[in-house]
Amino acid sequence: MRTRLVVIGNGMAGARTVEEILARGGDFDITMFGDEPYGNYNRIMLSNVLAGVEDESGIFLNDLTWYTDNGITLHTGTRIDRIDRFAKMVYAADGTATPYDKLIIATGSRAFVPPIPGLHRPGRGYHQGVFAFRTLDDTRSMIRYAREHQRAVVIGGGLLGLEAARGLQNHLPHVTLIHAAGHLMNAQLNEAAGETLRATVEARLGIEVVVNGRTTEILGKNAVTGVKLGDGRVIPCDVVVVAAGIRANAEMAAASGLVVERGIVVDDQMRAQDEDDIYAVGECAQHRGETYGLVAPLWDQAKVLADHLTGVNPFAEYHGSQVATKLKVAGVDVAAMGLQAPERDDDESLTFTEPGRGIYKNVIIRGGRLVGATMVGDVKKVAFLMQAFDRGLALPEERAELMFDLGGPSGEVKVEEMADDEQVCNCNGVSKGAICSTVQSGCKTVTGVMDKTRAGKGCGTCKPLVQRIVEWAAGGEVDEDPAASWYVPGIPMPKPELMNAIRVHSLRSVSAVFAKLGGEEDAKSKMGLASLLKMMWGGDYVDERDARFINDRVHANIQRDGTFSVVPQMKGGVTTPAQLRRIAEVAEKHAVPMVKLTGGQRIDLLGIPKEKLPEVWADLDMPSGYAYGKSFRTVKTCVGSDFCRFGVGDSTALGIALEERYQGIEGPGKMKLAVTGCPRNCAEAYVKDLGVVAIDGGKWEIYVGGAAGAHIRKGDLLATVGSAAEVMVLTGRFLQYYRENANWLERTYAFVPRLGIERVREVVVDDKDGIAAALDAAMDASVAAYRDPWKDRDDPATPGQFRTSLPLTVLPQVPVRA
Amino acid sequence: MIALGSVDEIPPGEGRTFAVDGDMIAVFRLRDGSVRALQATCPHRGGPLADGQIDLKQVICPLHLNAWDLTTGCSLSGQPDVAVYPVRVDDNQILLGD
Repeated sequence: MRTRLVVIGNGMAGARTVEEILARGGDFDITMFGDEPYGNYNRIMLSNVLAGVEDESGIFLNDLTWYTDNGITLHTGTRIDRIDRFAKMVYAADGTATPYDKLIIATGSRAFVPPIPGLHRPGRGYHQGVFAFRTLDDTRSMIRYAREHQRAVVIGGGLLGLEAARGLQNHLPHVTLIHAAGHLMNAQLNEAAGETLRATVEARLGIEVVVNGRTTEILGKNAVTGVKLGDGRVIPCDVVVVAAGIRANAEMAAASGLVVERGIVVDDQMRAQDEDDIYAVGECAQHRGETYGLVAPLWDQAKVLADHLTGVNPFAEYHGSQVATKLKVAGVDVAAMGLQAPERDDDESLTFTEPGRGIYKNVIIRGGRLVGATMVGDVKKVAFLMQAFDRGLALPEERAELMFDLGGPSGEVKVEEMADDEQVCNCNGVSKGAICSTVQSGCKTVTGVMDKTRAGKGCGTCKPLVQRIVEWAAGGEVDEDPAASWYVPGIPMPKPELMNAIRVHSLRSVSAVFAKLGGEEDAKSKMGLASLLKMMWGGDYVDERDARFINDRVHANIQRDGTFSVVPQMKGGVTTPAQLRRIAEVAEKHAVPMVKLTGGQRIDLLGIPKEKLPEVWADLDMPSGYAYGKSFRTVKTCVGSDFCRFGVGDSTALGIALEERYQGIEGPGKMKLAVTGCPRNCAEAYVKDLGVVAIDGGKWEIYVGGAAGAHIRKGDLLATVGSAAEVMVLTGRFLQYYRENANWLERTYAFVPRLGIERVREVVVDDKDGIAAALDAAMDASVAAYRDPWKDRDDPATPGQFRTSLPLTVLPQVPVRA
Repeated sequence: MIALGSVDEIPPGEGRTFAVDGDMIAVFRLRDGSVRALQATCPHRGGPLADGQIDLKQVICPLHLNAWDLTTGCSLSGQPDVAVYPVRVDDNQILLGD
């Protein structure tokens, strides 16, 4: 015969435990008894039903077919009166007896109703107009009654009381909240946080709050007319809702001889004390002296009990739960976890208050780990804090980052709370579910998952999130990816080591690097190596065309349809009528599909077929603007001092000089520059890889590491100098330092913060390392080696360099012989 | 068997597109001297595979950096597979077909 499992209680704890047992393939003959006449519903959502944001039908977890489908015998509306532990029987109020082999008690809790005179009417239960807030039936009758009345008093200023008060506002105009303790949510918040919350609840929600309010009497003869407080005050009302906490439903268990204190006492396997076959889970259970009134601990308990009962892990143990609380009230954000205040002398505690905006934040750190946090009014950081609290993550050095977003990536989303179909990578359309299933199929490195799914391979801003999802999905078993520190994936070396090896072995071509250092050629590494070798060897670099990306093979930017864009150089964004006329003529002659101004102050001819590129260049007879490479792109300028009424420096002339000198220099990533003639920043110099700003007194500020693409960052001030000549030198030195030290595709906005602006300044401005002269010399050599690639046009570098790869035009047809 | 032309038309490590009886075929000359032939456009967004970078195993599409195995045509980045064609070099000529 199958083991008979009886579950007393059909609430969230009982049903969840049964679900966990079924999920483990547990083979039991299951009978469940529920006091309420329904299937199983989500009690936490009752506040939403009261607030009208959720429909009743939306809160049911398992409807009755779930029970039938899983062969569970469900007795709804049936209360168990007694357990006979020796005969192993449970007796119901309707007189039936049911035998068990294993018994789970999940009777939950009920509203605690303080003994206040007038709350009850003899023989009638609650007085007319008085409600507890616990069950679906409570909620229904409360809504029905409140709609026809004017003033409600909620007794209890905890989580539930606040939610009830907010919900009632949808049904009647006046709500007063009476709380016996000195501040709201005193179980979770300290006094300052509770006081901030009170001010917000009153000002923003319009709920009147009375603290230190002991309710001494409920007034009214036939129905409620008011409540009387300890200080003699009377608050008139026609509805009273009691939300003063919960008490475990453990009387039946106590009467049946089980050990009960505040709840049914259980051990680490959720087994009732001194019993072999009786277990308790959820709010009716007391574990290591704690009873819990929240859902998260219940889930932990259900898993342990299911592991144990099904034999999946007979020794599974529950060790208590870290409790985090969130208030679900629109317009008032509160989250709290762990300690309310420091307990030990060496606990770190940080507090920030901004009463005017209803903000209170506090974090408590012990031994480098988060042990408590409270956020009122601003919960942006709460997802991260909860993770840190739950998992004991290492905390940022800059402790303020626990409370604020300091210009870094914005508030982190909690991975476990994301839906499976939520899009993570918005460039390549990869969902959380796709990432998780890739991990489950055995791919446990971040780069491996990124390669397989293409997540994070677009603009790259989602990479940190992809990493966290992989870590979460792998359950902390992420394989360390050694390739993360390599310059390119195909050669197992970080950049300095790789450069050293290239020098030692005098490796001047990409194939030579593979042969000596990598073993096997790797398509994904070629472009990075080509860039590095060109930078290191200059004119002595042996250029293998297949190492170049298509853009660098044909000196144009490939477009979605396989055509290319042509951007002629226009130094500093300054042009002439003659130049414009020429561009117009070329565009007309070649029927260029689109002529567009670029963000870098140039003119883009789009939709040029590959085979037409040489002809277009010849007709333009202008140098390349390099709008295609991982290279120096352009210098954006404003009109500067020549015409502008505000300009304090000749930004246009300096921009042109910079572009003239550093044109076409390749690097690990794009280099976009700007020079602006005054701090009004019309040329957007603060958000460039290197931006120069003229300030009054003939001086120039140089900013580095700015960005305004997928990533936005204001550059760091590198130096303020007194002449344009100094700007020229420092620009070259900084760019060379970046070229030699940045990882492949690492833009300056990542490179500068990685090293720190102080370190960059030490090297580039103060020459602490004594390498300034070498950097300048290397840059001079690169500048001297510059050759306009559009001159390639008359003498193709390879056969078919400009031959089309797409059926845009008729290809040379190969005769087919049958 | 169709002769597409001299293998010298394709620089080492690169690809070129050929039109064969209405089909577009990308032929790659690997750095070990052997050749591979695939359908010319990527199934993801129609990218020109002959413009992609290759090694001895894979081709990377230049548009969105998806990768395909040069020998089997199997996608290495979660896209549909591409067609492969038998191809070899004989007496400096690229020969397509069995």
